[in-house]
Amino acid sequence: MVQLRSVTKSFGGSSAAVLDVSFHLKKGEFAFLTGASGAGKTTILKLVHMLDRPTSGEVRVSRYSSSRIRRRDLPDLRRRVGYVFQDFRLLENLTAEENVAFALQVTGISKAKIGPRVQKLLNQVGLAARARALPRELSGGEQQRVAVARALANEPLVLLADEPTGNLDERASAGVLGLFQRINASGTSVLMATHDSEILRRHRNVRVIELEQGRLVFDSAGGTAA
Amino acid sequence: MRPLREALAGMRRAPVLTFLSLMAIGLSVFSIGLFALTAHNIDVALSNVEGRVEVVAYLRDDASEELIEIARHEIESYPEVQAARYISKVEALYEASRELTEFSDVYSDLEVNPLPASLEISLRPDFRTPSDVEAVADRVSTDHFVEEARYGREWVDRIYSLRRVAGGAATILGLSFALGAALLIGIAVRMSVLARAREIAIMQIVGATDAYIRRPFLIEGLLTGVGGGLLALAMTFGAYQAVERTLVSLAWLPDLWTTAGLAFAGLLGMLAADRAVRRELRRLDVY
Ligand SMILES: Nc1ncnc2c1ncn2[C@@H]1O[C@H](COP(=O)(O)OP(=O)(O)O)[C@@H](O)[C@H]1O
Ligand SMILES: [Mg+2]
Repeated sequence: MVQLRSVTKSFGGSSAAVLDVSFHLKKGEFAFLTGASGAGKTTILKLVHMLDRPTSGEVRVSRYSSSRIRRRDLPDLRRRVGYVFQDFRLLENLTAEENVAFALQVTGISKAKIGPRVQKLLNQVGLAARARALPRELSGGEQQRVAVARALANEPLVLLADEPTGNLDERASAGVLGLFQRINASGTSVLMATHDSEILRRHRNVRVIELEQGRLVFDSAGGTAA
Repeated sequence: MRPLREALAGMRRAPVLTFLSLMAIGLSVFSIGLFALTAHNIDVALSNVEGRVEVVAYLRDDASEELIEIARHEIESYPEVQAARYISKVEALYEASRELTEFSDVYSDLEVNPLPASLEISLRPDFRTPSDVEAVADRVSTDHFVEEARYGREWVDRIYSLRRVAGGAATILGLSFALGAALLIGIAVRMSVLARAREIAIMQIVGATDAYIRRPFLIEGLLTGVGGGLLALAMTFGAYQAVERTLVSLAWLPDLWTTAGLAFAGLLGMLAADRAVRRELRRLDVY
């Protein structure tokens, strides 16, 4: 599903942001990507979403490879990979439901189908009551859930989430994690970056991939075997 | 109608640039419009003149009227020739004194009529090219009682070459304005792209195609282009009216030409916008 093979990403500094990292996230799998701030978590998520190119090595997502993908395939790839950013990246002048609908409009599906689908997504993330609110009228946890609903809009195979609990209190964090587990239970792979050790402690059964200064130092699914 | 709304919002966001782009396209198409007006009126004038394109064969004074009549029949049987009209010495003098009234006294005082008789040979519409006219003139002048054959084609050709020169000048002027217009529209559209960079990044993240992202910008370019084209049309019409009222009576442009001008302006705006937005999109995405 998502496979990294000896991936190195250097931004031109003295040390690489990601160094020779390999792992394989299977279909329907849930994994935490962990490590201290600056370890390379965000860089890896961006590589998987193909917002960035690896300096060497290969990233494979579904049937696409970072070394062969063409520009015109990117929209399809991005629809298969939902991305929840640390800072949400909602459009400030659109309501919650419009932000979710936006991800559907760009694919060109009919207006008649968008309405019910948005409704269903907002129900799924427990935000139906706040559908007409603008982002600034929502709490951090609520904005997070709008971002999740948007990431799920095009029924992705994989959901990437970058520190989704970083700005949330404990209750909201638990809520978001529960949501991800339900999403995962319905068959979507989840790769969630976090440096919150409390979350790792509470979910000991979930696979953990740990980075340290760009290197993969621990993978609970069995080393670097890809 | 989301793309249209966004195109209008983009134009409002940078009113000065939008105005400058509009003016630049306007001037570009205006210079083309002025040429078109000139060319069209030359064409109208030429088509009137062309109906009169003829070869005049001046006859020797010793040719008898019977022989001339035989020659006239023969010339009329040429495939290029529509008709050949005999103008006697007397008729020639009469015509000359009528057309050049200042000299009528001179003519009436003359003891001998100095003007030769002639055959005025008009050509069929399909045989009015310079080479046809020349061929007929050459053939007629071989006749032994033809003194000399002349044709009025030279000055028609001169008008044609004048039209070509004017056309060349207008094309260069129009193209340089068009280039300036394209640059300005490019800048305006790139400003719109930058103003919406965050939104575009989000579109790319949720899987919008380039074509989808480009659409509002193309509409912005199209609207600017058509706006500039309408401006040019208004300016050209103003020039037409000014000349019409003060100098000479003119023909206004055919609808096909004005439509083509507007289409050109719209296309120019759209292509400039397309180029600018493509470049920006490639910059925003790494693949
Ligand atoms: N666009 C960039 N340009 C330069 N350096 C970058 C860029 N993005 C990330 N880095 C560097 O790469 C390293 C890993 O960053 P990041 O992947 O954001 O870590 P994390 O998400 O684990 O905190 C850091 O040292 C960071 O400074
Ligand atoms: Mg990060």
